[in-house]
Amino acid sequence: MSARAEQLLEIADDELILGWRDSEWTGIAPFLEEDVAFSSISQNEVGHARALYEIAARDLGTTADELAFDRQPEEYRSATLVELRRMDWAITIARHVLYEAADEIRLQALKDSDDDEVAGLAAKMDREEAYHRMHALMWEERLRDEPRFQAALDELWPAAVAMLPEELRPQLAERVGRELPADLSGVERGTHSEEWPALWEEMTEVRRSAPGAAW
Amino acid sequence: MVTESAVWDALREVEDPEIPVISVVDLGVVREVKVEDGHVHVEFTPTFLGCPALEVMRAQMAERIRALGAEPEVEVILDDSWSTDRITPEGREKLRRAGFAPPTPREVTAPKLVQLQSDAFRCPYCGSSETRLENIFGPTPCRSLRYCESCRQPFEQFKTI
Repeated sequence: MSARAEQLLEIADDELILGWRDSEWTGIAPFLEEDVAFSSISQNEVGHARALYEIAARDLGTTADELAFDRQPEEYRSATLVELRRMDWAITIARHVLYEAADEIRLQALKDSDDDEVAGLAAKMDREEAYHRMHALMWEERLRDEPRFQAALDELWPAAVAMLPEELRPQLAERVGRELPADLSGVERGTHSEEWPALWEEMTEVRRSAPGAAW
Repeated sequence: MVTESAVWDALREVEDPEIPVISVVDLGVVREVKVEDGHVHVEFTPTFLGCPALEVMRAQMAERIRALGAEPEVEVILDDSWSTDRITPEGREKLRRAGFAPPTPREVTAPKLVQLQSDAFRCPYCGSSETRLENIFGPTPCRSLRYCESCRQPFEQFKTI
């Protein structure tokens, strides 16, 4: 697989799975505005995943749906950060804050790349992500002094660092004012969280029950 | 023989399914129309990548072109060429009349939270700028929710993209 396809799949998997996790708040977020916000953010993330899968699918001679739903669990390249299922608001917001910070750095690198197709899509995604970042910032300001929120940031920090390729990690550490962790074992891309098999089961259930179905 | 202007006219009748007051041409999502040997090539730039209206718009555009007796080819352009700045002046006016505040112009840098929280957005009902942000997100990805302190009317504000 080309380095380009591999990179596209990493980001697409992150966005699809985060979109999935965020959508789990639909209907049960702490209040209605957040129900709407997380549903809308999920919709955007899944839309980004689809666009990325489409480009990767062309490179790999397959389709976006096959990439999204027909791979084996170990073939997904998602970061452990997006796989975690913690229906806890402090952890959800901490993940949102860290993910959006890392994603902005990653998108900037793609926007600066020589690959016009990828740079063009990254620029479009970034326009939408700007609203996710505003939402994350609003919550970060609100929860800054809450010990539960700080503990959640501490817990998720290594997984957030592992989301990025090594050369971009120092930028993230600087952005959020934290030290890079010495040990990322268990959270590096390529390893999956304990929650991943159940998520994969759920996410691919319909496709597996009716292979090749279109709707 | 189908002409480009006949295609543009046909596309002016394709509505945005989520905001039926505005057509795909008003919305600025049709970047180019080319006619060659009975084939109509349309370059279509999505608004938001996750917008479910896109598939509907794409299918309806193809249907209209077929009705003209031509073979449609609607190409989806996944780059940054669509902006809310591409909504036509007529489109903006139609939005306002339907109770949607049109987007503010795109700036060099991405919009900031402080801008959204400022009161520099006009109520589409009474024209007052005494409005506040209720939610960055709304019923579709392209809209935010605001509240007018003057006429006490909640309204939807188009996000600037």
